[in-house]
Amino acid sequence: MNEMSIESAAYRIDSIGNNSGIKATIDGQEIFVPLDPSNRHYAEIMRQVEAGTLVIQEAD
Amino acid sequence: MSKARQLANLGNVYDDGALSHRRMTYNGAMNVWQRGTSDDTATSGDYMCDRWKVGHTGLDGNVDWDQETSSTPDGFAYALKISTDASETSLDAADVLQVIQRFEGQDLQHLQKGTSSAKKLALSFWVKSSVASTYTVDLKDNDNTRTIAKSYSISTADTWEYKTLVFEGDTSDPLDNDANRSLDLRFYIDAGSNFTSGTFATAWQDEVDADRVYGTTGWLESSTPTFYLTGVQLEVGDTATPFEHRSYGDELARCQRYYAETGFNVEDYAAAGGEYYHDPVYFPMSMRTAPSVTIVNGNVTNINSTNAYDTDLTSLRVEIQSTSSGRTLNLGGTVKLDAEL
Repeated sequence: MNEMSIESAAYRIDSIGNNSGIKATIDGQEIFVPLDPSNRHYAEIMRQVEAGTLVIQEAD
Repeated sequence: MSKARQLANLGNVYDDGALSHRRMTYNGAMNVWQRGTSDDTATSGDYMCDRWKVGHTGLDGNVDWDQETSSTPDGFAYALKISTDASETSLDAADVLQVIQRFEGQDLQHLQKGTSSAKKLALSFWVKSSVASTYTVDLKDNDNTRTIAKSYSISTADTWEYKTLVFEGDTSDPLDNDANRSLDLRFYIDAGSNFTSGTFATAWQDEVDADRVYGTTGWLESSTPTFYLTGVQLEVGDTATPFEHRSYGDELARCQRYYAETGFNVEDYAAAGGEYYHDPVYFPMSMRTAPSVTIVNGNVTNINSTNAYDTDLTSLRVEIQSTSSGRTLNLGGTVKLDAEL
């Protein structure tokens, strides 16, 4: 049962250039997702990345 | 229920180790609704009534969640109401509609699952449906992908009925002792043959989709169907006891471990245009895990953009970017924090 529609995902970087989170559009909402495997949105993003159905864009 | 029976049941509960805090279910009386009280197009996986999520696949119509206040069992002010805006013309094999609550493994260690002392669980709830039929509730051990299911009958349509079910303990496969999803409680409102065509799993077994549901209820194919649920209590033991009511504040605090909203109002003075300024926002409760964050802007003055950074269990940083120098920046709004399972 697919429980989330993830339309886009892009890394965000911190002040020293490290990836600090993901800015995603999920079910039509802009959501800031932490890089935490226990977070259900992050887990679903990574599941879709591994399935080849989603690419996380690099930070601007 | 007679007074003697109530006392006997309390004695059983004492044997199982809890006279208070025996209700494991969160928001069992459906009285906390932080996200709102109505959603006409609930996506599968959406939470509406706190801690309760909807799961559905393949439905022709939209699923509608509402807070029900006018028709509730005695002693309950709220119920969860589920309906659809279109009936299934014919039930497809993969169609399913369910209401789910998930539990953390660290809160379930007292069940002693995976040992010879594994505890039984008693489930009690009030339910009302527009379709009299035989429905299913199951438990899923998400760590080991095992399930056990029980059926119950709604004998009269559109009438509140009180149900009790007992699930045997599972002597196989312990639950993980962590803050992640370990156990699901799932109420099936209806399901197609992908979920009903096997041998109904009334004892713990490895999960098989075809064994999960007793049978199709006819609910999804009926005209303007409704399903109501409240007073849900899962507790250790083989005896369902009266519902353990909690104060709103107590229940809200428990729910805020998984979802919270909090207001903020930050103000900075811009030395230059395009500069970034950061302000902390503290959560009302330490959350289960670092939450996903949605910023809902209210008052916005002289700000180009907003972001959330450094989110942990208790706080985050709101970043605001100035439009130009020599101006006071102000951002007021709400952050929605999602640490659900």
